[in-house]
Amino acid sequence: MDAAVSHHTCKELLVSLSDYLDGEAAEALCAEIERHLADCEDCRVVVDTLRKTILLYRTLPPPSPPQTIRARLLHALELDKDAP
Amino acid sequence: MTKELPAPTLLSPELLDEAYEQRLLERIRAGDRTACAECIDLHSAGVYRLALRMVGDPHEAEDIVQETFLNAFRTIDSFEGRSSLSTWLYRIAYNAALMRLRKKQPLHVSIEPYVDEEETATTPVQLFDWCCLPEEDFQTAEARNELERAIGELPEPLRAVFVLRELEGLSTEETAQALDLSVSNVKVRLHRARLWLRERLSGYFTELAQRSQERN
Ligand SMILES: [Zn+2]
Repeated sequence: MDAAVSHHTCKELLVSLSDYLDGEAAEALCAEIERHLADCEDCRVVVDTLRKTILLYRTLPPPSPPQTIRARLLHALELDKDAP
Repeated sequence: MTKELPAPTLLSPELLDEAYEQRLLERIRAGDRTACAECIDLHSAGVYRLALRMVGDPHEAEDIVQETFLNAFRTIDSFEGRSSLSTWLYRIAYNAALMRLRKKQPLHVSIEPYVDEEETATTPVQLFDWCCLPEEDFQTAEARNELERAIGELPEPLRAVFVLRELEGLSTEETAQALDLSVSNVKVRLHRARLWLRERLSGYFTELAQRSQERN
């Protein structure tokens, strides 16, 4: 079922996929990547699932600090006492 | 065409206000306690998230937050303002987290220990397209736990880069300053982290997609 992406072009383009997805790849490189994706199912899957991975992390609700952290922190730093 | 990815949205307006930060720094240096509390209110959540994702334990993360601010206020005079205050705080927290990780696994955390492991893990092997899963399958508590767990399993040299650049929304330059890396190194590590996580999550989501296909 699983086969590594090992084709020469695939490996070369793999390095630039973050730039491509971040919109930082030069126009010529984008065109080259898109030409390759039109013919290469494996790379298409990698790009789609990579984009989805980034999207999932960017929309992941951030963990909240415990409610008591502020009070404990102010206490530890002696910021909760009256000024001398 | 590339579909636009949304930018991380954790940055509050005060964090981007340089004039406010300058005044805050002056007040902290003058020993103003309210200024210290303001600094904590503004930055402790971000510092906590970095610490938690580095060490994986909420109590330890809280200890790191405490160490970070204690250390920061004590050495505030040495802060030269070449980076932003938040970048500086992330840097202190990162070093504190790293010290704890090294104490726990002295053999695993050396200069470039995971290079081979990273290389193999970033060559795509999982080639099932799980994007077809219904959106609600990505938003379950189980899926979110899986996303967090995967961050914890990222090879350590990639983890802080991913957290700061992708999750905390620092720029490449700020991430480089916070972690004492070159800009190009940050870019390479971010890319490897994303590939590594894609691979890791593919295992989970592929199984989920195949199970739902069998049901239908
Ligand atoms: Zn290909």
